[in-house]
Amino acid sequence: MSAASLSTGRRRGVWRGRIFVGLLLLSMAVGFLALGTLCVDVLQKGLAYFDSVLLTNGPSSDPDIAGARPAILATLYLGVLLILFTVPIGVGTAIYLEEYADRHRWPNRLLELNIQNLAAVPSIVYGILGLAFLVRGLGLGRVLLAGALILTLLVLPTVIIAAREAIRAVPSSIREGAYALGATQWQVVSRQVLPAAIPGIATGSILALARAIGETAPLILIGALTFISFNPTVMGPFTALPVQIYNWTKLPDEKFKALAAAAIIVLLIMVLLLNAGAIWLRNRYQKRW
Amino acid sequence: MIKGALFGCALVSVATTVGIVIALFLPAFEFFQEVSFLDYITGTEWAPLFLQASFGVIPLIVGTISVTIWASLIAIPLGLGSAIFLSEYARPRVRATLKPALELLAGVPTVVYGYFALTWVTPHLKDLGLGVGVFNALSAGLVMGVMIIPTVASLSEDAMSAVPRDLRYGAYALGSSKLQVSTRIVVPAAVSGIVAAFVLGISRAIGETMIVLLAAGQQPTLSFDPRQAVETMSAFIAATGAGDVPTGSTEYKTIFAVGATLFVMTLILNFFSIRLVRKYREVYE
Repeated sequence: MSAASLSTGRRRGVWRGRIFVGLLLLSMAVGFLALGTLCVDVLQKGLAYFDSVLLTNGPSSDPDIAGARPAILATLYLGVLLILFTVPIGVGTAIYLEEYADRHRWPNRLLELNIQNLAAVPSIVYGILGLAFLVRGLGLGRVLLAGALILTLLVLPTVIIAAREAIRAVPSSIREGAYALGATQWQVVSRQVLPAAIPGIATGSILALARAIGETAPLILIGALTFISFNPTVMGPFTALPVQIYNWTKLPDEKFKALAAAAIIVLLIMVLLLNAGAIWLRNRYQKRW
Repeated sequence: MIKGALFGCALVSVATTVGIVIALFLPAFEFFQEVSFLDYITGTEWAPLFLQASFGVIPLIVGTISVTIWASLIAIPLGLGSAIFLSEYARPRVRATLKPALELLAGVPTVVYGYFALTWVTPHLKDLGLGVGVFNALSAGLVMGVMIIPTVASLSEDAMSAVPRDLRYGAYALGSSKLQVSTRIVVPAAVSGIVAAFVLGISRAIGETMIVLLAAGQQPTLSFDPRQAVETMSAFIAATGAGDVPTGSTEYKTIFAVGATLFVMTLILNFFSIRLVRKYREVYE
């Protein structure tokens, strides 16, 4: 091979490399461009209706006085209940799997596989579960509590997986040190492992909350579609913010679509704040051992 | 005592799975006593609410696959490209910023994507002269693809990061370029994890509801034409469940039959994906 052909070959390789990097950058950019377009579009359409009427009024057939107060309140209630239910059960499961269970025995392996699979079950299937068991089976009816319970089951696997990772990241030297000082297993877990894992658990729980407050399909199925103009109660009928958005988007009147865009701004602010909080928490308290 | 309480927490997940199976399959079983299973699984007409009701699920499956194909065409190449960039090209600091930013795409509520597909993407596809209807499979599929990019990217990136550095250094020592190392060493070495990411992404697409409910329509059609309205399994379940169908009627039970079909399809994909992830973990970790 002559020196000249070698150098053209190398040059071609350099160009190929540049084109490849360009394509990689492009594939990252498409997602961000889509997100940017979405945000600009929603802001353009929704800002006109993004006002105090939206936050303080109930729904109405007149788009100019319609608001989303009951829906926003219900979403806040759902979020609070969700955290109350999910965090203890999720962290409990994670502690059991990481600290107590023998990973080589088949029931525990099955438990792990089960949780991994549940994390990927479509949300609408959880809606069917809620419809069959909570609403009709238990006779709870189409109430906010049923919605909170279904969302809890939906995000529980995510919280468990995040909590397990946080617990696993605590080095075993800390556990062994505590045992050497005569601590019992529960003392080790509750006074050493859990405090060290709190930032990771909190990050995972906040991300789960962000996902849950945007969930629509399971709530539609358990009947959060009704026209609600009063403030929600835990045992009463309800509609949530994403369901309200769905309802307004479906209506043919363009004014309602603009109203939906305004409600989307509210929902996106909530979701983005939660995500930002989770990222901040992760960066601020992440420990490197 | 404490171990018992913790085990009780773990049982909630088991109870959830058992609950899902009972909630889906018991009514589905009753449904198949009224409608023959063979007619259901091979029938090409879906019209459960007609006087002359017909329960062939094929149109719903075709609708689901049609949307999923378009979502995959977006999510698989873009997700893989993003993963290669993050794992092989981005500096640690850049990766630490870009990865959570990309995850935001998966954090946007699906109803918001549905709104975007219906009110922005579809009109723009129309402007392009594609002749799409108000509801169409293409718009829903494209937007769903964007939503799934982080799922594909994040799992693929994990798999590529797990490839030992030695393999890369070996290839560099033989005079490979970065492009060659990425495409001929890292991607093949991480292939089981990457395929797992694709499969999980597809499973997400099959089960996604709000985007298709808003943008793809509710018209069971036996066609892969992306410009037409279709009805997916998930959209049918949501639309029927939201209406006031009397409990115990055959129409009510269709929710569970279709739900069971959807559950089984995603279950197979999920197990396949979980197995593949275990495989690469066994090799490299």
